[in-house]
Amino acid sequence: MQFWIIQTLNSVAFGGLLFLLSSGFSLAFGLMRIPNLAHGGFFMLGAYLGATIVSVGGNFWVAVLGAGLGVGLIGILFERLILRRLAGNVQGQVLVTLGVSFIIADLCLMIWTGDPWTLPAPSELRPPIRLGGFAFPTFRLVVLGIALVVAAALYVLMDRTRLGAMIRAGVDDMEMARGVGIPVSLLFTVVFSLGALLAGLGGTLGAPMLNAYPGLDADMLPLALIVVILGGAGSLLGAFVGSFAVGFLYNFGIALFPDLAYFILFLPMVLVLVFRPQGLFGRVAS
Amino acid sequence: MASETLAIRDVDAYYGDSHVLHGIGFALQPGRLLGLLGRNGVGKTTCMATIMGFLRPRRGTISLFGENVAGLAPETIARKGICLVPQGRRVFRSLTVRENLMVAAQTRRDSAKPWSLDRVFALFPRLQERHAQMAGSLSGGEQQMLAIGRALMGNPRVLLMDEPSEGLAPQLVAEVGRTIAQLKAEGLSIVLVEQNIKLTLDLADDIVIVNTGVVVFTGTAAETKANDAAIAQHLGIF
Repeated sequence: MQFWIIQTLNSVAFGGLLFLLSSGFSLAFGLMRIPNLAHGGFFMLGAYLGATIVSVGGNFWVAVLGAGLGVGLIGILFERLILRRLAGNVQGQVLVTLGVSFIIADLCLMIWTGDPWTLPAPSELRPPIRLGGFAFPTFRLVVLGIALVVAAALYVLMDRTRLGAMIRAGVDDMEMARGVGIPVSLLFTVVFSLGALLAGLGGTLGAPMLNAYPGLDADMLPLALIVVILGGAGSLLGAFVGSFAVGFLYNFGIALFPDLAYFILFLPMVLVLVFRPQGLFGRVAS
Repeated sequence: MASETLAIRDVDAYYGDSHVLHGIGFALQPGRLLGLLGRNGVGKTTCMATIMGFLRPRRGTISLFGENVAGLAPETIARKGICLVPQGRRVFRSLTVRENLMVAAQTRRDSAKPWSLDRVFALFPRLQERHAQMAGSLSGGEQQMLAIGRALMGNPRVLLMDEPSEGLAPQLVAEVGRTIAQLKAEGLSIVLVEQNIKLTLDLADDIVIVNTGVVVFTGTAAETKANDAAIAQHLGIF
């Protein structure tokens, strides 16, 4: 019983973290039609930046914010200075994001070395919460709470504002969106850097569970891709459901069938790609 | 020259390697309705796409009140006041009716009687009833109203309408026709691309007939009606 409850909680907490990683990735994918293959690098960069801010005496929450803003800024520069110049050249853009992911990985290795950086959860959140005889890790609950708040904020942005409607219009029919005067290049910058910011936040928030280490980027990127393929590119609801689905598949897969963990993780992705290529909630056929 | 609302001159356009428009040219005068006729596949929709900036012309000018807009981005052209009711309607399917209209809203200083949500709803009460419904779930006729309403929200100085009667029941075609007549009566300058020749001849002041990417006939609607030979040769009916 304890096993199931704890694994369930871990799954939802990890799902929350995956939502921070994938929601912006999915929106950018749906709008700009390209998977940002440097997104795992953004997450790793967030983890290292956060760990560094804490190691020089910064508060954990300052580190979370700092990592988010830092990576968000990098996202703005990347989109404005590089991706923009390749507008219309989808292949070129994808290859550039791949190249930048390698550059980020190498720079991280150079700056932060090959040894993992650990980042302890803030001390006030280390004692577990006891509920009904079970001990719940407080920090994971807080990460889940933050993910839910971010989800609610993104929902309001996407569903209740004119900016959100413009983004959805661009996902629906990019050419026609431009034809009614929607400034899509501005939307690209907003969505891309928002995705980078959330990945940066997520990197620091995830560091107490995952650490920051070389290869964290390559471990996280496939998870974001699975979330987006399951949920559908450009769909916030899809990213939400997909994140928690992958959270469960990943945790229970590793706990119950460690040898088959990747099989369990990728099989649903293959099935969705074959039978419903636009994803469970998606509109853009990829 | 600048008295012309929209003037297309010597425009060449390609889809990939295929040369679709061969030095096409025509001019729309203020407050008039120009009907662009031609058989399927002669380049009418390509012409609209080129004016809107979806397709870059390789040669020629497209001037809006004397300002060349050829080669500008679609969003820039839209903001300068060229608004399109596209072929196939292309409403934003996952947006509500209201959102479809709101995302296309633009204010222009020179418009005396600007379009607003209320005015579009007054023109199409049906859209008001369905304002919270997803556009993808509307009927074809309602989607056409929405596509027209969306273009009007941009406060057009030129309205391009690409086959607004396509796929509609006769009764709805007549309704779309009345709407177009009403917009023209308000002084809007309109380019109407149509397969429905009768509808076009009834509404238009001027007619341009296109055949395989070149203009083969230009005249007033009355002259066109009188010119059976041109109609028979280039439109292949009657």
